[in-house]
Amino acid sequence: MGFYIAQFLTGLASASSLFLVAAGLSIIFGVTRIVNFAHGSLYMLGAFIAYTVASRHGFWAAIPASMIAVGTIGWVMERTVLRHLYGAPELFQLVATFGLVLIIQDLALWLWGPQDLLGPRAPGLEGVIRILDEPVPMYDLFLIAVGVIVLIVIWWIFAKTRFGILVRAATEDREMLQALGVRPGRLFQITFFLGAALAGLGGALEVPRQPVSLLMDLNVIAGAFVVVVIGGLGSVFGAFLAAVLIAQVNAFGILVFPEITLFAAFAVMAIVLILRPQGFFGRTSRSHSDSIEIQPPATLGKLGPLAGGGLFIFALTIPFLLGDFGVVLVTDIMVFAIFAAGLHFMMGTGGLISFGHAAFLALGAYASAMAVSKFGAGMEIALLIAPLAGLIGAAIIGWFAVRLSGVYLAMLTLAGAQLIWSASVQWQSVTGGDDGILGIWPAAWASGSTAFYYLTLSLAVVAFIGLKFLSDGKFGYAVRAARDNAPRAAAIGIDVTTQRWIAVMVSGAVAGLAGGLYVFSKGSVFPDIAAIPQSVDALLMVLMGGLHATTGPIIGAVVFTVLEDTLSRLPYWRALLGFAIIGIAILAPGGIGGALSNLSHRISGASK
Amino acid sequence: MTFLRLIASAAVLATFVSTAAAETIRIGEINSYTRLPAFTDPYKKGWQLALEEINAAGGVKGKKLEVISRDDAGKPGNAVKIAEEMISRDKVAMLAGTFFSHIGLAVSDFAKQKKVLFLASEPLTDALVWTKGNEYTFRLRPSTYMQAAMLAAEAAKTDAVKWVTVAPNYAYGKDAVAAFQQVLKKLKPEVEFVDAQWPALFKIDAGVTVRALEAAKPDGIYNVTFGSDLGAFVREGSVRGLFDNRVVTSLLTGEPEYLEPLKGEAPKGWIVTGYPWYAIDTPAHNAFRTAYEARWGESLKMGSMVGYNMMLSIAAALAKSPSLETDDLIKAMKGLKIETPMGPVVYRDADHQATMGAWVGLTDVVDNQGKMVGWRYVDGNEVLPPPAEAKAMRPAN
Repeated sequence: MGFYIAQFLTGLASASSLFLVAAGLSIIFGVTRIVNFAHGSLYMLGAFIAYTVASRHGFWAAIPASMIAVGTIGWVMERTVLRHLYGAPELFQLVATFGLVLIIQDLALWLWGPQDLLGPRAPGLEGVIRILDEPVPMYDLFLIAVGVIVLIVIWWIFAKTRFGILVRAATEDREMLQALGVRPGRLFQITFFLGAALAGLGGALEVPRQPVSLLMDLNVIAGAFVVVVIGGLGSVFGAFLAAVLIAQVNAFGILVFPEITLFAAFAVMAIVLILRPQGFFGRTSRSHSDSIEIQPPATLGKLGPLAGGGLFIFALTIPFLLGDFGVVLVTDIMVFAIFAAGLHFMMGTGGLISFGHAAFLALGAYASAMAVSKFGAGMEIALLIAPLAGLIGAAIIGWFAVRLSGVYLAMLTLAGAQLIWSASVQWQSVTGGDDGILGIWPAAWASGSTAFYYLTLSLAVVAFIGLKFLSDGKFGYAVRAARDNAPRAAAIGIDVTTQRWIAVMVSGAVAGLAGGLYVFSKGSVFPDIAAIPQSVDALLMVLMGGLHATTGPIIGAVVFTVLEDTLSRLPYWRALLGFAIIGIAILAPGGIGGALSNLSHRISGASK
Repeated sequence: MTFLRLIASAAVLATFVSTAAAETIRIGEINSYTRLPAFTDPYKKGWQLALEEINAAGGVKGKKLEVISRDDAGKPGNAVKIAEEMISRDKVAMLAGTFFSHIGLAVSDFAKQKKVLFLASEPLTDALVWTKGNEYTFRLRPSTYMQAAMLAAEAAKTDAVKWVTVAPNYAYGKDAVAAFQQVLKKLKPEVEFVDAQWPALFKIDAGVTVRALEAAKPDGIYNVTFGSDLGAFVREGSVRGLFDNRVVTSLLTGEPEYLEPLKGEAPKGWIVTGYPWYAIDTPAHNAFRTAYEARWGESLKMGSMVGYNMMLSIAAALAKSPSLETDDLIKAMKGLKIETPMGPVVYRDADHQATMGAWVGLTDVVDNQGKMVGWRYVDGNEVLPPPAEAKAMRPAN
């Protein structure tokens, strides 16, 4: 019995530290609607700052110092970057905060160096207390107390202070609050300071528990997202319960299934979202009121067919213009353009956000790799199987996902991708685990880089034309109607759920095709193809190209691949990429494709 | 159009790169510099030092060596793309580097496809030279199996019978546990493994993991966690008394990369593999240490040694080979013997694994700093399976 109580308390301590990060994330989201990817970076900065202060002035001084410093950094972030993005589509915000992640990564590396740093233990709390003869560290009990106190303080602020009332009002209806004369600007600044300070607190309190490392940011952020989503976006109490649930599932789960560590949190999230789509205490988002925001595709207008044809002819001549490596690079771009085109169809036309699109890329890649390695299939067959695998995966994940909306939908796709990722790691006999599947090279006739390039080009053209056909046809109109105003679309007889489901499947099939081509271009496949960074890359491409521009995915894939390839030759290149991403998000919120579309319409308009 | 301009600028960059000096021998080097700087940064300093020394001494056969070094950002797809660029545009004589096992495997398979030599310096996976080995790939660092076998040999000498294992939940962790269990059971059939914990890499929930291990009441603990997981595991384990009166064997923990960050809290009396650079007193090592500290103003790490030895191996292979053709280079690498700061190292003909070994000893805290004491150097030959057995594990090709 004592053992289980001690295990429960240990789990609670972990829950508490998870909660501190998630609480700030949830508050910031509740007020500003920004999904702040950089929240994990704030937490990491909190830990680094606390380490530095603690080694000079002691651990207890480090906590307030870290809270104030990180709060200020959060405030600066809001002033310099995020306030320009309140009007932008929410994905631009996500991507811009991802740019901040990259910048803070390099900043921390530059300031603190690459080594892990082990800070001091908390003075006075180094020992253990015996509960029913089981040792429980005093610091764990302290952490649990801090978690509960923070929960109470936040509750008090929100329930009893004027600031809290305004925050709740802003969470409920931002426009109305503005109409009543409250300047949201200051409210947002204070919120960011508060949320960031909580991240700083969370980071500082980790110092006695684990070494401070450069991997802390991305390691914590996925877990924090999960907690916020399970708890219900914007609900601090929900986040607390969710943190306890996740930590306890892990604490007791590993006693029975030690390998559960890879997917426990995501499996819990998937189950909760399927049973209760808005999380524990999330309110079902009020439907997009009654307004219809028609978002026509940003085409190149009359120049469109011309540009498309020109691009195709240019693509045909690439092997003559560029050397061997140029061809390989453009093949890479093409594969990612197909992948991005699938995501773009789902997000731009369908209005369905996917944070886990790498799932379908991975399914296509693994299906064709296994077809070759296990069943001796040829490349041609494998490339047919790839889109099929993507489609089946999308049918399953999509069936659940399209019943949700907005960020919840996105998070369910993320959970799907994480489950596929952990399967590819864990299911060693089939996927080869981390050692992957090797030796998947193209058939003899397509093995030269030029031949493979033309193969990729022809499949890309098929995919692009197919997607264009679908989005310009009846189906495209139905999906767009559902995107712009679901209740009205339903009222005129469109089966919104089914149409969306089909859109996800189309998107998954296209991503699967990209996965098949990817395997044959690289010769091998590993679990990282299903991991979060791969999904983020696709989002970056779609947003760089322009969410509503028809040429968006192609432009996005070109810009992203060339940018990454060029910058990665320089020191501290991730910070440079981060600045580039933020620049695009702020200066060209329609993406580069959107900007080109405006330009093209101006030209053809002027020539009339 | 922006699209055209970007392609054009990529092409311009290409011509710019390829017009660089022709009277050098180019080596393509790829590693995960931004993903794991704690290990790859000292590694880079190691090979840079060797490169400078080799070129200062006149290079190889009158030609200077030129290393084109790139960051793969921890993505195997990027590594393959960069390898492609190095071969087709930069015309490198061979490829080298990589840290993560899966990236090493990706580049190894690419090398086989493109028929180019690849010297994998750091990846530890056994598959690289055994089950997925190929003619074009050689590996320098002692593999997971070799290091685990060193610890199993020490573990067999203790009284511990009931063992638990804790390892990160991915290929390296799994391989390391499997190898330890296999070798220890062979040496001491009565041992039992009563529990295994598999925390997610760099996301260990140390408190609950420690409790789960304690619940199995083992005599011995075999640890494979490293980096920030190790720090958390040591703290939570010490405070809960998990390590008291138990035998603990721990993979790589004696390497300065992992032991130094623990400072005064480094565990005492653990049996570890590692690199006690502060206590090795041979003329070769002293020279290396002095040169490294003078060049970089910091102390040695395991990565420094791996990077340094990698560059020595490359120079030796180039000197031995009659041409820069891959076939000749492979022949030169087979059985290649180099003198390193840690002694002679041979690249085995049978499985392309170098005999670079590791130091096995006990951890202790000296002057508030984790150190290895009572150590000895274990040559790779002591723990590698005999050549015929190793060759039998490789695919026929």
